[in-house]
Amino acid sequence: MAEALRKSDGKLPEPPARLVDLAASDVDHEAAVSWKEAENPDSPLYADRIKVHPRDVRGPIRRIKWAVLGLLLAIYYITPWIRWDRGPDAPDQAVLIDIANARAYFFFIEIWPQEVYYLTGLLVLGAVGLFFVTSLFGRLWCGYTCPQTVWTDLFMWVERKIEGDRNARLRLDKQPLSGAKLRKRTLKHAAWLLIALFTGGAWVMYFQDAPTLVAEFFTGQSSTGTYFFVGLFTATTYLLAGWAREQVCVYMCPWPRFQAAMFDEDTLVVTYQRWRGEPRGKHKKGESWDGRGDCIDCTACVAVCPTGIDIRDGQQLECIGCGLCIDACNEVMEKIGRPKELITFDTEANQIALESGAPKPKWKLLRLRTLFYAMLFLGVALAMLVTYVTRANVDISVLHDRAPLFVTLSNGDIRNGYTVKILNMTREPRSFRLSYELGDGVAGSSMSVVNLESTGETATLTADPDSVATYQVYIRAPSEALSGESMPIVFRLSDPSRGDLVTYDSVFRGPAK
Amino acid sequence: MPTKIEKDRLTGKETTGHEWDGIKELNTPLPKWWLYVFYACIIWSIGYMVLYPAIPLGTTYTKGLLGWSSREQVRDQIADARERQGEFLIGIQESSLEEIRADSTLFTFAQRGGAVAFADNCAACHGAAGQGNVGGFPVLADDDWIWGGSLDSIHHTIVHGVRWEDDPDTRFNMMPAYGDGLLSEEEIAQVTDYVLSLSGRAPEGADLAPGEEIFAIQCAACHGEMGEGVTDLGGPNLSDAIWLYGSERNEIMAQIVNPQHGVMPAFQARLEGETLKMLSIYVHALGGGQ
Repeated sequence: MAEALRKSDGKLPEPPARLVDLAASDVDHEAAVSWKEAENPDSPLYADRIKVHPRDVRGPIRRIKWAVLGLLLAIYYITPWIRWDRGPDAPDQAVLIDIANARAYFFFIEIWPQEVYYLTGLLVLGAVGLFFVTSLFGRLWCGYTCPQTVWTDLFMWVERKIEGDRNARLRLDKQPLSGAKLRKRTLKHAAWLLIALFTGGAWVMYFQDAPTLVAEFFTGQSSTGTYFFVGLFTATTYLLAGWAREQVCVYMCPWPRFQAAMFDEDTLVVTYQRWRGEPRGKHKKGESWDGRGDCIDCTACVAVCPTGIDIRDGQQLECIGCGLCIDACNEVMEKIGRPKELITFDTEANQIALESGAPKPKWKLLRLRTLFYAMLFLGVALAMLVTYVTRANVDISVLHDRAPLFVTLSNGDIRNGYTVKILNMTREPRSFRLSYELGDGVAGSSMSVVNLESTGETATLTADPDSVATYQVYIRAPSEALSGESMPIVFRLSDPSRGDLVTYDSVFRGPAK
Repeated sequence: MPTKIEKDRLTGKETTGHEWDGIKELNTPLPKWWLYVFYACIIWSIGYMVLYPAIPLGTTYTKGLLGWSSREQVRDQIADARERQGEFLIGIQESSLEEIRADSTLFTFAQRGGAVAFADNCAACHGAAGQGNVGGFPVLADDDWIWGGSLDSIHHTIVHGVRWEDDPDTRFNMMPAYGDGLLSEEEIAQVTDYVLSLSGRAPEGADLAPGEEIFAIQCAACHGEMGEGVTDLGGPNLSDAIWLYGSERNEIMAQIVNPQHGVMPAFQARLEGETLKMLSIYVHALGGGQ
């Protein structure tokens, strides 16, 4: 059957002539050629990296990209320095993940380890938000906000300032080692390492008090762990943004591999308008534009591409959707006097309509998938908000002693032991009333707390600010009053002055009846 | 191996010659950097093998240039922990048991240290959290104490042991074997019935008067007039619900005929002073401390 299919392959689309030619013809190395097209004909086992030297570009998209880059870097570097007064015994850093003391702070929010589901919630929101944006606008994340993109862009800017633009860098690469080349390279790598150090250093500031950290770091007083992590993040920033660059997106990152699952024909993607551009070819001034496309094959779009691909090949995994090729192409279109936006942000549905001359279809923002992502996002956000607003700043946890399950006392009473933990998440010392209810009310039972003298139906327990107080609590009850081997017991914790009330269900065990 | 390499028409890439139902596999070479990472891992592993223990050689192994060993690491960690415990241990040494109990920091430290020492030294006989064991291993979590349940009494018992001959201050008593001719079988039965009556369990229709008379002469000196026990002498309470060697009539009778006597080591010979104190605090807080 396979054989039959192949023989009747008249329906298979013919490959673009250009690609077939490429295999036979010599590639002009001076021209900008996408590395995807520059396969070695000898097909070695390992592929050399074709270094990408993106050309500088000017235009509205580039300006937006710079603005986003500046904003994100500012957020990243400034956030750890924002102060937030929480009182005398608490850290005054607005955003801090305090691993040693098991607390996370975000402005007015304080998270304890057992509330790590807020972090899970944030990650879920991040993922669903990413799906939502991707289904509407394509790879905005990849092209503008991904740290890999932001730092690569920053590193490329440094490179351009030191070594010059694309052609200068290509020349420099080919030059034999000289004093000037060595000086430029050294300067570039030094600048990269410095940025990387600040990046790694800023990362660690999210986990320790920033001013203290800086003082300790440069006087050699930080812990080995701090130096290790700063070193690690410095090294990864330098390697990923300086050396690996687009290879992270092409080979390492899982997101490009499945982000296409969020795409449909109404997703905005960076598109080469093939119907307008083809057939392409060189164009001399004064020649007629009849019978040919607007693309003059200047390869400006390839020259500016940070991942070194040719957008005219259509949608591909390597395209991060940054749109710099749009700016580059517009510049050229303006020069040759053709309409702009030969390469543009557009939907597939619109392109199909344009190609066939049909009326422009309405851009459908409300689709099943966008609705689904939006509902999911709002649902999770709402759930988080509700749990946050209604969360108690006091909690109780009770662990029934298991060895022994119960103890028979000299007068025949049965006694059970419990470890009671009181979580005081407020910033002041507090005093609570602990009471209990055994079964439907067992006569003659009583409670005692180790190291507290009082015995009775209730006990007054204190808890230090922002900490967990642990108490050993014993409940005794007359054997004959127990209804069976196991009875429910409910512990209640209340604060008379505020009315906080939390309960905990546990069991009271006795001998078999 | 395919005899003829062909190019894929759509991508212009070479194929491997492998084909499944008309689908041909493209030959996509591995990127070079991936290969370099692989080489870097090999170099790393060689360095690792030179520096760290790596190759087993029968009963020994290559030690590595750094001389690192996991045992050494544990020893260092223990030494570190000991150093950090130092100030608390001094606090335990210098404070009385009551002072430790009143100081929440020292008390918490003693509770934790005592729990570990208890698991290592006491749990075999007294159970994981002092729940006792059948056959003469007393429950430490209840409120019945043969030798007293105050902090000082518990400390004395742990330090000097029970019937531990090497220690002159050990807790010592001995109940005679009444079956060796001291009492007749009938008298033993009578006194057993009386002992049962002390905890409200007298057999129906039993005549308690002869037993009461024997009890007053033979038993009351150590077990108290009403069998309430004499902790100074280590005479167990016979009027409560707790029985070390069993509460049944035959079990009580067996204990009168030929009593069993438990032995506990004097732990001052095995443990340091602060550990003994922490143990006392821990046992006292198991629920029955007086």
